Amino acid sequence: MKIMTCPVNGPRNIAEFVWGGEVKSSPDPAACSDAEWTDHLFLEANTAGVVTEWWLHAPTNTWFIAQRNTITDEILDTMTAETFFARRSETLT
Amino acid sequence: MPFALLKYAARSALKGEHAAEAHFRWAPDLKPAYDVVIIGAGGHGLAAAYYLATRHGITDIAVLDKGWLAGGNTARNTTIVRANYLTPEGVAFYKESVDLFRELSNELDINVMYTERGHFTLAHTDAALNTARWRAEVNKHMGVASEVIGPDEIKRLCPTLNVSDDVHLPVLGALYHPPGAIARHDAVAWGYAKEAMRRGVEVHTETAVNKILIENGRAVGVETSRGTIHAGRILQAVAGSSSVVAKMAGLKLPIRTIPLQACVSEPVKPILDQIVVSGSLHVYISQSARGEMVMGGATDAYGLYSTRSTLDFKESLMAHMLELFPFMGELKVLRQWAGMADMTPDFSPVMGLTPVENYFIDAGWGTWGFKATPVSGLRMAECVATGRQPDLLKPFALDRFRSFDLVGEKGAASVGH
Repeated sequence: MKIMTCPVNGPRNIAEFVWGGEVKSSPDPAACSDAEWTDHLFLEANTAGVVTEWWLHAPTNTWFIAQRNTITDEILDTMTAETFFARRSETLT
Repeated sequence: MPFALLKYAARSALKGEHAAEAHFRWAPDLKPAYDVVIIGAGGHGLAAAYYLATRHGITDIAVLDKGWLAGGNTARNTTIVRANYLTPEGVAFYKESVDLFRELSNELDINVMYTERGHFTLAHTDAALNTARWRAEVNKHMGVASEVIGPDEIKRLCPTLNVSDDVHLPVLGALYHPPGAIARHDAVAWGYAKEAMRRGVEVHTETAVNKILIENGRAVGVETSRGTIHAGRILQAVAGSSSVVAKMAGLKLPIRTIPLQACVSEPVKPILDQIVVSGSLHVYISQSARGEMVMGGATDAYGLYSTRSTLDFKESLMAHMLELFPFMGELKVLRQWAGMADMTPDFSPVMGLTPVENYFIDAGWGTWGFKATPVSGLRMAECVATGRQPDLLKPFALDRFRSFDLVGEKGAASVGH
């Protein structure tokens, strides 16, 4: 059984989790073109390798961030969204 | 050996009668340039090469593959062929595929073992029964044989199926599609390869494409692990790796790569003639000509570029399978595998022209690729030869997402995803 570690609930069976897809930033719907908006909605990076994704621990409705390797099926790291975005804004500034 | 048989050996040796002929004519070296380069030597790529050669007179073609002949999803599907889709666009497309499949053994001079078994999509809920009725009406309107039948009729046609009430989700009815069939997947790919190579098409396996050369928005060639080759036109047909290859051409696709697992039981004598699918229970099953029960379920719960198998998959599959076919409890699993499926938001393929000139795409084949092998080959060949999107492929163009013209085939996906 594959185990994923929820940053709030700890290690749980992967069957309790729902895949939410890659973390991507949304363009400003009021300012972007129609093409930019539909690309944002439908196109996927679909990376073969390390990805940063949204995941949901369904029983507790906890959304968080996970880093996975999509070639080796390894879960590399999980963290709360708060931690993830705090770290990201640190690296940006 | 009886002495009399020697005369046949002598005739063969002296006159060339009954001489064994090599299936494939392999070309040793890559040429510096081809009219058409096809990336991916699976069923779809080989079929496109064959139809380019036979229908459009284009034989200066190289089909390249990183692995071996038809070793990707062509070798990893469960070989079901059907046309009982939900949307008129989908039904018209897959109907043409079924029509081509029926004649394929003659066309390719190889026995693809196409066998019509009858396809049952079971409904266990009112909602599923409503979708079945909807599909039956669309199918009949498009000239495809489908009808909704009740448990008594299901029991008559498929006596091994458990339609009793004594289960978690009793069978309420089924969408019955008599032309549903299975075929030998390897033979389909080998037949296309053999006949294409006989007409001068070159197939180069163990030849990875590492870069796609683009000049002024126009594809001009590929860099391979065996050198650079120029190409008048390029077609990518690489199920599972579509996003990775398209990225080399600067394209981003509406695709997530998700594994689809399957397994077969040990072989037994013929007991199940039909193909049985349950969308609600996420299982499907048929018995192969070898006697193995070929089983599959829904795609995995998350995306992955891996063909590993999991115990979770088999546990959930068997739990439901035993309700439908209690005799399966006597059988052991013999083999298991997975394929990497290109899942699109509307459960329909992405085919035809791309924003890159002379670069064509055949992708988004999710869990419905094998059954479309002949029609996608035929129509992609037309698309590559003419440079225009054939009418039958217009609903499946890459730019449909820009205009929200999605095809919405989810209701007819073999199982829920």
